[in-house]
Amino acid sequence: MANADYETHEHDVLVIGAGGAGLRAAIEAAAQGVSVGLVCKSLLGKAHTVMAEGGIAASLGNVWPEDNWQVHFRDTMRGGKMLNNWRMAQLHAQEAPDRVLELERWGALFDRTKDGRILQRDFGGHRYARLAHVGDRTGLEMIRTLQYHGIHQGIDVYMECKVERLLKDGDRVCGAFGYWRNTGKFVFFKAKAIVLATGGVGKAWKVTSNSWEYTGDGHSLALWAGADLIDMEFVQFHPTGMVWPPSVRGILVTEGVRGDGGTLKNTKGERFMFNYIPEFFKGETADNEAEADRWYTDKKNNRRTPDLLPRDEVARAINAEIKGGRGTPHDGVLLDICTRRPADYIRKRLPSMYHQFKELAGVDITKEPMEVGPTCHYIMGGVRVDADTTAATVKGLFAAGEVAGGMHGSNRLGGNSLSDLLVFGRRAGLYAALYAKDFGGPLTVESSQVESLAREMLAPFTRSGGENPYAIQADLQETMQNLVGLIRTEHELREALKRIESLKHRAGRTHIDGGRTYNPGWHMALDLASLLTVAECCTLAALERRESRGGHTRDDHPYTDDAWGKINVVIRQRQGALALSREPLPEMPAELRALFQERK
Amino acid sequence: MAQFTMRVFRGDPSGGGFQDYTVEPEEGMVVLDVIHRIQATQANDLACRWNCKAGKCGSCSAEVNGKPRLMCMTRMDLFQPGDTITVAPIRTFPLIRDLVTDVSYNYEKAKQVPPLRLKPPEPDGTYRMMQEDIDRIQEFHKCIECFLCQDVCHVIRDHEDKKRVFSGPRFFIKLASLDMHPLDTRDRSSFITENAGIGLCNITKCCTEVCPEHIHITDNGIIPLKERAADSLDPIVWLLRRFRGQKSRPA
Amino acid sequence: MSSRVIGQSRPAITASHLRTDPWWALPITVVIVIGSFLVYSTWAAFQNAHYFAPPYLSPFYSPCLYRSCLHPSFAFGLPDIHVPIIGLLSPAFLILAGPGLFRLTCYYYRKAYYRSFWLAPPACAVPDVKRNYTGEAKFPLILQAFHRYTWYLAVLFIVMLTWDAILAFRFPNGFGIGVGTLVMWINVICLAAYTFSCHSCRHVCGGYVNAFSKTPVRYRAWHFLTRLNERHPMFAWLSLFSVALTDVYIRLVSIGIIRDLRII
Repeated sequence: MANADYETHEHDVLVIGAGGAGLRAAIEAAAQGVSVGLVCKSLLGKAHTVMAEGGIAASLGNVWPEDNWQVHFRDTMRGGKMLNNWRMAQLHAQEAPDRVLELERWGALFDRTKDGRILQRDFGGHRYARLAHVGDRTGLEMIRTLQYHGIHQGIDVYMECKVERLLKDGDRVCGAFGYWRNTGKFVFFKAKAIVLATGGVGKAWKVTSNSWEYTGDGHSLALWAGADLIDMEFVQFHPTGMVWPPSVRGILVTEGVRGDGGTLKNTKGERFMFNYIPEFFKGETADNEAEADRWYTDKKNNRRTPDLLPRDEVARAINAEIKGGRGTPHDGVLLDICTRRPADYIRKRLPSMYHQFKELAGVDITKEPMEVGPTCHYIMGGVRVDADTTAATVKGLFAAGEVAGGMHGSNRLGGNSLSDLLVFGRRAGLYAALYAKDFGGPLTVESSQVESLAREMLAPFTRSGGENPYAIQADLQETMQNLVGLIRTEHELREALKRIESLKHRAGRTHIDGGRTYNPGWHMALDLASLLTVAECCTLAALERRESRGGHTRDDHPYTDDAWGKINVVIRQRQGALALSREPLPEMPAELRALFQERK
Repeated sequence: MAQFTMRVFRGDPSGGGFQDYTVEPEEGMVVLDVIHRIQATQANDLACRWNCKAGKCGSCSAEVNGKPRLMCMTRMDLFQPGDTITVAPIRTFPLIRDLVTDVSYNYEKAKQVPPLRLKPPEPDGTYRMMQEDIDRIQEFHKCIECFLCQDVCHVIRDHEDKKRVFSGPRFFIKLASLDMHPLDTRDRSSFITENAGIGLCNITKCCTEVCPEHIHITDNGIIPLKERAADSLDPIVWLLRRFRGQKSRPA
Repeated sequence: MSSRVIGQSRPAITASHLRTDPWWALPITVVIVIGSFLVYSTWAAFQNAHYFAPPYLSPFYSPCLYRSCLHPSFAFGLPDIHVPIIGLLSPAFLILAGPGLFRLTCYYYRKAYYRSFWLAPPACAVPDVKRNYTGEAKFPLILQAFHRYTWYLAVLFIVMLTWDAILAFRFPNGFGIGVGTLVMWINVICLAAYTFSCHSCRHVCGGYVNAFSKTPVRYRAWHFLTRLNERHPMFAWLSLFSVALTDVYIRLVSIGIIRDLRII
């Protein structure tokens, strides 16, 4: 049992995570002619990207010729309440169309316009119909396309392999240490450059659309390796997750339902979103049902329905309706598409939603409304990166996708995630490869570092008595759900910190039955470290930001504060302790600032 | 409500057997919930794969009462309270532990599939495809790679030696999606017969029966591929296409 | 791509299958139905009598090829064929060979009899009985690829049976409709639905095209035939029953056991 032997693999670039960003990064790095390893916790093609439904935001202008990168950039910044890293938002808006067309050349089949180009759909916060999509399974199309393109590029894929810690040689990363889930044996990857593409942290919450994989691995790996995290207080609660039956609570209901004509109603039958239009979006949002209804057929002369406000606004509105006693007995509101759209249309546009409700809830969405409520979906915060190169603040470390912070500011628009994966995945792969090529010197790995880590990882097998890791995770999820949820207060956040502290103690006392071969109990025990780390980071950052903005709502500081609008909360680990600081946002150049003035 | 008895396979390559666990049912539960419940409370080390729990990722494939299914999409109200429900790993592949099998066969076969080779783009540098050109292939793109069709296909399930020469239903629809791509220019006909072994399929349609995405694997994928292979033997088709001035196969 | 292989052996489950539902019911039903049809049609073919009750001609004996037929379908006809032991070979055997081959090589019936008669496999996740399986890759099953030719033949039969059904309006005293007329029309419709919902038909009429937008007529044909094709199994059974029952009806009328009711 106490076998600390490990195998070693060596690559120029090691990509951790094989979702959209990781695959795109690996493909790009391989195209640069360096040796690439791709590590993923699950089987290839099962990453969280497959669950993305709605589409990829890109200003192709196929449906609305008026659309261009400037409009997309502006929407993204406004959706993020101007807290985004402007340069990332700019690169994202500029490069997304090329990335989508490239995907098509690699075999993706998006739904088509009448003239044979890529069809685009409406989504919350986007001025124009902008999301390239395939029904409601766009993420699946994207990951399959990247996967099948990737397998012919000479990438070494390490499936069902979990990276536990990054190793450093002086001030730069030199490799990653982890284990094979299948065998429980240890593995060391020596690499000149490492790309983190590990996704998010949603599994720290109880009601979440995220899978078991989302335990904040990349956030923690970066933090432990000395890199900065920013914006960790901004967690997106998707307004529409399933709420009933209990076993499916949290499973995502795509925003495409609303993009394609669905409206939110409370149990009194009111379209309550009209009561929750914030000042910021008044100019472009319909304030009465008649105009909103007309918008579906005549988008030029009417303002858009408030059902398609950015996600943070809609989630808060739903939350308020439920708190106000106008929700369903299962703590949800109603999402109705069957009134506006015929059954055929719904089945064609939203096949997996139809299937999901039919099979899991016994609800036929072509005949009855869906019951939905907010679910933890995405973290805007993450590893602080250089916008152009995706380089983290530690040499040799890069990050792309959900694990990177800054791009989405305080709230992400739907559809901007898939485009983010492609744009910054490619950049991460490119710049990591260039870094690896430039890097001449030798890398030395201290083997004592590795050996002590291995012993630490095996500890849960040998402890006597001890805690059940599943129970600790459940308690953490309960804590985060109740105390660091959609609406936060200082008092509850402090309570959460206390509980996380005690959970950290318990996590140090876990005991595991069985052996090292595919032992999910052991995997869970090891994942607890990162899960607790990110939970603590989120809570600390939420406590620090004394205002409400995007994905961070403080009941005790309910207004948006302009002073906070120029500040990122940065977390780093120094001498084993977490240190917080407030740091100024990068300043947007005048020509981009002008985009926001002329349209007002 | 009465309890369910879950008869779950526990074991590794050296051996194993079924073990009974009793579970209290709860409204709307699926088999995967029950497995998770057992994992959290009775057997921490019970190995099973899963990810999305919504039928989108295709990780939690298993055989429930002998039928290949996704555990996350199999509702417990399918069974009568008091029933004994067996949950076994997918049997066509080597066992790793408990409900987890080594599905690398599928990843090996995936690598062999000759990729897309597009014809040159339109003068403006982009491609045009109409919805009717891709409707048919979009059905195949729904595949979530749960490998239930591979598991149930008797060609490899009952004849281990055929794994070498047979790609299985998942890759027949992959091949069909490439072969029917309106912009593709590659001839895969010899690959389909010689390497993928389509002749071994006797279209008994179990792949279609178990597909959680309800893809018509046999009718829309495999049979059209068999028909395309038969085109080369059909002088009438050959004549008609000559008459229309088409090449019999894309170059 | 490296993936870790640790176990070469499959799960140690001794039961050959774990299905608890009555999976055997379907293959048994198929054996009974197809078996009964084979027995009846062979018997009926041997009769070489009672297949014509003017103006109705049994589909088993259409087109009637012999000069000696009760109702020759063509102006010319073949001489009677005698074979050893059996004696006079009923024309029905020559006729049934056509549609018989169509059904024998039909993608749907192949599924049905591979499962029910071959037991390869008898049901999903129930093991094959055969050890040395070669599928349709070797002779003689490789000939299944020629299904399309039998379809061309089957279309000819539909033409001829339609003609017979038209003739079924022509009673000795002029135009009329009897129950038998309806029976024959229902049979032709079932057979046509089965024949035109065939997978080979769908392929030949458009399925082979890759860029449908450039071939609108073939696209519409393919689209319509695809809808029909989804019901191919149903048409396969309906037409099997209809053809047998049509023969039964005409036989009973011809023997005089029942009387054909005139509607008009």
